[in-house]
Amino acid sequence: MERTFSSKAYLDMELLRFTTAGSVDDGKSTLIGRLLYDSKSIFEDQLDAVKRASIQKGSEHINLALFTDGLRAEREQGITIDVAYRYFATPHRKFIIADTPGHIQYTRNMVTGASTANAAIVLIDARNGVIEQTHRHTFIAALLGIPHIIVCINKMDLMDYREEVFIAIKNDFQAFATQVFPGQDMRFIPISALKGDNVVKPSGNMSWYANGTLLHHLENIPISQDHDLIHQRFPVQYVIRPESEEFHDYRGYAGRVAGGFFHPGDKIVVFPSGIESEITSIDTLSGPLTEAHPPMSVTLTLKDDIDLSRGDLITGAGDIPRESCDIVARICWMNQKPLQIQGKYALKHTTKDVRCIIQEVDYVLNISTLKEQTEIKTVRMNDIALVRLRTTKPLFFDSYTTNRITGSLILIDEATNETVAAGMIV
Amino acid sequence: MSEYHLTHLKELESEAIYVLREVAAQFERPVLLFSGGKDSIVLVHLSRKAFYPAKIPFPLLHIDTGHNFSETIEFRDSLARSVDARLLVGSVQDSIDKGRAVEEKGINASRNVLQTVTLLDAIETYKFDAAIGGARRDEEKARAKERFFSHRDQFGQWDPKNQRPELWYMFNGKKRMGEHFRVFPISNWTEMDVWQYILAEDIELPSIYFTHERDVFYRDGVWLAAAPFMEMKPSEKVEYRRVRCRTVGDISCTGLTLSTADTVEDIIQEIAATRVTERGGRYDDKRSEAAMEDRKKEGYF
Repeated sequence: MERTFSSKAYLDMELLRFTTAGSVDDGKSTLIGRLLYDSKSIFEDQLDAVKRASIQKGSEHINLALFTDGLRAEREQGITIDVAYRYFATPHRKFIIADTPGHIQYTRNMVTGASTANAAIVLIDARNGVIEQTHRHTFIAALLGIPHIIVCINKMDLMDYREEVFIAIKNDFQAFATQVFPGQDMRFIPISALKGDNVVKPSGNMSWYANGTLLHHLENIPISQDHDLIHQRFPVQYVIRPESEEFHDYRGYAGRVAGGFFHPGDKIVVFPSGIESEITSIDTLSGPLTEAHPPMSVTLTLKDDIDLSRGDLITGAGDIPRESCDIVARICWMNQKPLQIQGKYALKHTTKDVRCIIQEVDYVLNISTLKEQTEIKTVRMNDIALVRLRTTKPLFFDSYTTNRITGSLILIDEATNETVAAGMIV
Repeated sequence: MSEYHLTHLKELESEAIYVLREVAAQFERPVLLFSGGKDSIVLVHLSRKAFYPAKIPFPLLHIDTGHNFSETIEFRDSLARSVDARLLVGSVQDSIDKGRAVEEKGINASRNVLQTVTLLDAIETYKFDAAIGGARRDEEKARAKERFFSHRDQFGQWDPKNQRPELWYMFNGKKRMGEHFRVFPISNWTEMDVWQYILAEDIELPSIYFTHERDVFYRDGVWLAAAPFMEMKPSEKVEYRRVRCRTVGDISCTGLTLSTADTVEDIIQEIAATRVTERGGRYDDKRSEAAMEDRKKEGYF
C-alpha cells in the first residue's frame, strides 16, 4: 500500500464543530466544496457525479458548490431546506460542518447549527462589504455564544486582491462587532473560495497577508476552554439500577458532565432537594475513572442513599446554581404560529421537563440595528425577543454566558409537539 | 484554569451514549435495529457502555430478508446471547407469504425495499415508540439532513421539509399515539471513525468483513455474491475470488471488494487508500439519484 495511515495519530485528534453563515450569493457552498476538495475529502464517485452535473449545467470547471447538493426537493427548487452536516478530517483535527441555508428560514436554521458549534465562519462578499445580513449572522453567533468567529472576506479575486478592500471591510466589521460582543475571539481572512486563495492553500496573490489560511485557523484554534470548566454541573439523565445479584444495591446516576471537573471524594449538593453528599465513584464499562469533565458521559455513585431521579442536578458544594420559577430569557422563535402571550408551553431544561407560561414579552429585537423594540409584542418565526417565563417547578440554572448547557432551554407547543423556541437564560 | 483534552472518538462515543440514554429515558418501548453490519454492532457495544452495570434496556430487532449471509445470522445470534439481549426477528418472507409485500422479479430483484413493510409491521405489532438505527450522516446526502431524533408519522414516513429543530443536546421526543421516532446515535461518525473505534475497543465482527474466497460475479462496476436466488444475465459468469464486504446488507445488494485484508488494521489501511465512498458499492443506492431519499420518506432504515 502506498501510504501508511497512522491509527495512532487518528486516535489522538480533537473534534471541532463549526457553522457557516453567509447570504445566498456569498459563495458559502463553494467555500465548503473548496474545503472538502482541497483537503482531499472527496471520493472519486462523488467527484465523478459532480463533474457530470457540472458539464450538464454547462459549466467549464467543476462546480464546487455541487458537492453540498442535497435532497431532490432542494435541487428542484434550487434552495437548501435544512441544516446539513458535512464531515472532513486532516491529520490534526476532525471537523463537523453545520451547513445552514441562506434564505428566509435562516435565523431558525442558523440557531440550530450554532447551538453546538465551537466556531462560526461569517462570509462577506468583498464587493458588497458588511451588509445587513452580516449584522444578523454576527449577532446570532454572539447570541448563541459561539467562542470563535472567523470572518472570511470572499471573492477577493473580483477586487484584484487589494489590501485596502480587506482592511476597510475588517474595520467596518470590527466597529459593529465590538458593540455586539466585546472581547470576542475574531479572525479575518481574505479568500477566494472559487480560486482557492487562502482556503486550504496559501494565496500567491495576496503577499500582504500572512496570518494563515482558513484551514490553518480551523486546525489551530484552541478549543479546550470552550466548555464551562469552572462550575461543577451534572444533570441526572438516567438512573441505573441493575437489580442483578452481582450489583444488588447498585444505584448509579448516568449523565453527561455539563461543567467543571468531578472526582471521587468530591463534596456535592443535589437539587432540588438540597441534600449534601459525596461522590463515591465515577463508573464506566472500561473501569472506574479518577476524573470526569465536559462533555464526558459517565455514571456517578454517591455515598449516601438519596432519592435522585432524571432532571435532578448534581453540583459542587459551595458552587450552587441559581434557583427560580421566574426565568428571563432571550428566545429565538422557530414556528409559523406566533408566540402566545399568557400561553402555556412544555419546557425542557437540561434533562428536566416542566411546563411554563409566557408572562411577558419585554421587547423584540431588530437584529439589523440591535434596537430593542419594546412596543412590539408579537413574536413571529425567526424573531429574537426577551421574554419572562414562569415555570410550574423551579429550575436550577446558570446564565447562558456562564454555561451553554445549564443556561439553555427549549419550548414545545403542547398541541403539536413541535419545538417552537430556543431560549438562552439571561 | 485546568486544561483538558478529549479525543474526537471519545467525544463521539460520549455523544452516542448520551443519545442512547435519552432514548431509554424518553420512550416506553424502544428497540435497537440490528442488521448484523458493523454500525449496528458498534451500537450494541455503545449500548452496553451506556447502561453498565445494568443490561441493555431494550431488545434487538433484526429485519431478515431471508437472503442474508449465513455468517451474519450466526454472528447475530451469538452476539445477542453474549450481551443477554432479547432478539426479535421480523421476516420479509412472512410479509411476502401474507401478501403484505410483493417480491420483485427480474435481474435486479432485491428484497431491500420490502424490508420497509416488515419493519413498519414489526413496529406496529410490538408498539415500538423509538427505533434506534446505525445510520450515519456521512453515508448519503439524504442522511446528511437527519436529526438525532427523527420524527415519523403514523405511516412511518419522514418529512424532511418539516423537521423539528434540534438545539444543543435537548431532544424533543414528544409524539402522538401511533407515531414513532427513529434515533441515530452515531449520526456524526464517519466510516473511518467506526473502524478506528472497532480497532480501539477491540470489537468483534462477522467474518465476512475480512478476506475470504467465494463465488462472485461482476455487474455494473460492483462484485456481487452468487447465490441460488440471484438471477444472472447470460453474459455474467461466476468466478471464485478473494473478497470482503465493506458494508453488510442482504446478499442481493451487498457489493464485495476484492481484498486480502484480514485484520481491522488492514481494513483501515485499505479504507484510507480507497477513493470510493462506502455506499458506492451498495447496489440499492444505484437505482436512482434519489434512491435513499425516496426509501427514507417511506419509512426505510
